[in-house]
Amino acid sequence: MSSAGTGGTTTRRVAVTRSEHRGTARHVWIGIGATAVMLALALLGPLFAPHHPSDVIAPPYSSPSGQSLLGTDYLGQDTFSRILWGGSSVVWMSVTATAIAIVIGAILGLISAYIGGKLDALVLWLNDILLAFPLIVFVILFLSMLGRNPLLLVVLVAFGWLPSVVRLTRSVALEAIHQEYVASAEIIGTPRWRILVGEILPNITTPLIVQTGALLTWSIGVIAGLSFLGFGIQPPNADWGLMVNENRSGLMILPWGTIGPIVCIAAFALATNTLADALGRLLGARHTGHKADR
Amino acid sequence: MTISESAGLITVPEVAGIGAGARHRESVWILKRLGSGVLVLLAVSVVVFAATQALPSDPAQAMLGRQATPELLDALRQKLGLDQSLPVQYVHWFSGLLHGDLGTSLASQQPVTGVLGPRLLNSLALLAGAALIMIPFSIGAGVFLAARRDRSLDRTVNAGLMAVMALPDFVVGTIFLLVFATTVMPVLPAVSLVPPGASGFSHPRELVLPVLTAVTITAPFLIRQVRASMIETLESEHIAQARLRGIAEKRIIWRHALPNALVPLVQGSALMLSYLLGGVVVIEYVFNYPGLGGMLNDAVVYRDLPVLQAVSLTFAAGVVAFNLIADLLTIMLTPRLRTSGGAR
Repeated sequence: MSSAGTGGTTTRRVAVTRSEHRGTARHVWIGIGATAVMLALALLGPLFAPHHPSDVIAPPYSSPSGQSLLGTDYLGQDTFSRILWGGSSVVWMSVTATAIAIVIGAILGLISAYIGGKLDALVLWLNDILLAFPLIVFVILFLSMLGRNPLLLVVLVAFGWLPSVVRLTRSVALEAIHQEYVASAEIIGTPRWRILVGEILPNITTPLIVQTGALLTWSIGVIAGLSFLGFGIQPPNADWGLMVNENRSGLMILPWGTIGPIVCIAAFALATNTLADALGRLLGARHTGHKADR
Repeated sequence: MTISESAGLITVPEVAGIGAGARHRESVWILKRLGSGVLVLLAVSVVVFAATQALPSDPAQAMLGRQATPELLDALRQKLGLDQSLPVQYVHWFSGLLHGDLGTSLASQQPVTGVLGPRLLNSLALLAGAALIMIPFSIGAGVFLAARRDRSLDRTVNAGLMAVMALPDFVVGTIFLLVFATTVMPVLPAVSLVPPGASGFSHPRELVLPVLTAVTITAPFLIRQVRASMIETLESEHIAQARLRGIAEKRIIWRHALPNALVPLVQGSALMLSYLLGGVVVIEYVFNYPGLGGMLNDAVVYRDLPVLQAVSLTFAAGVVAFNLIADLLTIMLTPRLRTSGGAR
């Protein structure tokens, strides 16, 4: 159905020029550095938080003071402390969703390409059905029936990314299968699973690495968005996406409760995206950059 | 996806020869394409049904919450037909769908179709507004960048577009809200006060920020797509020949190169519009705009099962329809592209 996608990445270079290549290695380092900073903020933040994230320390929307650097939020909790606490959920959820999507998608795509026939047709058909749902609608539909559980949310988001990984792996594997060395491996009686793992897997690692970077960026956006809509981490726990929603009613009174987490989410997504984009250029397998292309 | 590949990806029949056989193959292809669209929708209806009624969880319990009394639960189960077997339930529900009967909203006690209609129109107004801006703007910007490829402006803008695409949708919406509606330049309404019955088009001011958000999250992809296919075409043999014949560069860009960017653009636009169907869920929530996305959120909050089913199905039908239209348009555009000498 969705003829407009080949799975997010391609080994073909589109309009990459020498000038774009220059400084690519530098961009990879910038991406790694920025991602590391955001990971450190999210994972080590709680150690430095002056207050517990759900402690009420002052009236709602109190102005910044020595006790609370960014003022307090809609309940009178310390905004700065909640920002330091609210990143770890974004990190573990988006990393887990990406990992599940890549592992399961790669296995499905490999098997689908190698066995072919009816199984292959079935996998592609399931892909089409999954793609007919906007990702966010798919997740909300199942979450609302099965209960709001962060782990379930992660699994559903991972499912939503499956089509891109399956198509990507499948197309690279199909290309590799037709190479001579796979045929000769079959003739000398190498077991199928060993051909899959030993001969085909090395071919797909590069596009998969790039796809992992893209999916991580998109997962941050989608998961923070779902938390923003109220389907993710629940209060009184702190989460960047959730905080934006909690404090947006007080935007006119004290905007820090909204701006703080917005800046953190944007910085995290931009950091992983810089890394993914630069890696893609370096490895020659770029992704299109839009999460619609799943 | 890439851009130049997208057109080649659907197996467009060889229509260049325009013989009777070619025409026949083309109509067979169209029929097959329609059939596969219908099949996907059928499967989607099974998934929606399974998600809402066939999961191990009890829908009646899910709707009424934990405090519900056994009597209430039984009454609701009967009302929803949960006492019947699953296939019977599905057939009953699906035949209702075919007759345009989407059930009765549990929250408002009104027919779902009546509630859905105006909300759907509002979301379509948002989508139409976004499409009307994003497509021409992307063509213009993409051509502009392609003509200046690799200059510093092109590189800066390109990096900027990648960055914008990395931002989550609700972040983009909230930033616009912060800048234009509250803190910096309070010129536009922060939340739309369009009454649910009224059309979004009759409240243009309320549409500005939602449409701006929708365009911002989709246009970068299309601009990059147009830019890439323009660059590829401008490097092709037939453009080189046109240049040798002394045709003006402007004419080469608009008359010779741009038509080749159209097929990928059609596919890309369909992809972006399908994406926006999901995007409206977030956008409408940020701006409190009364469309389908808001309806989905309400259905979840009130545990309104029939509405949840109807809205999910509508979203999926929209995606399938956009893809179908794009594929048909591609078929129609392809022969013309061939005769204009473009490489597919």
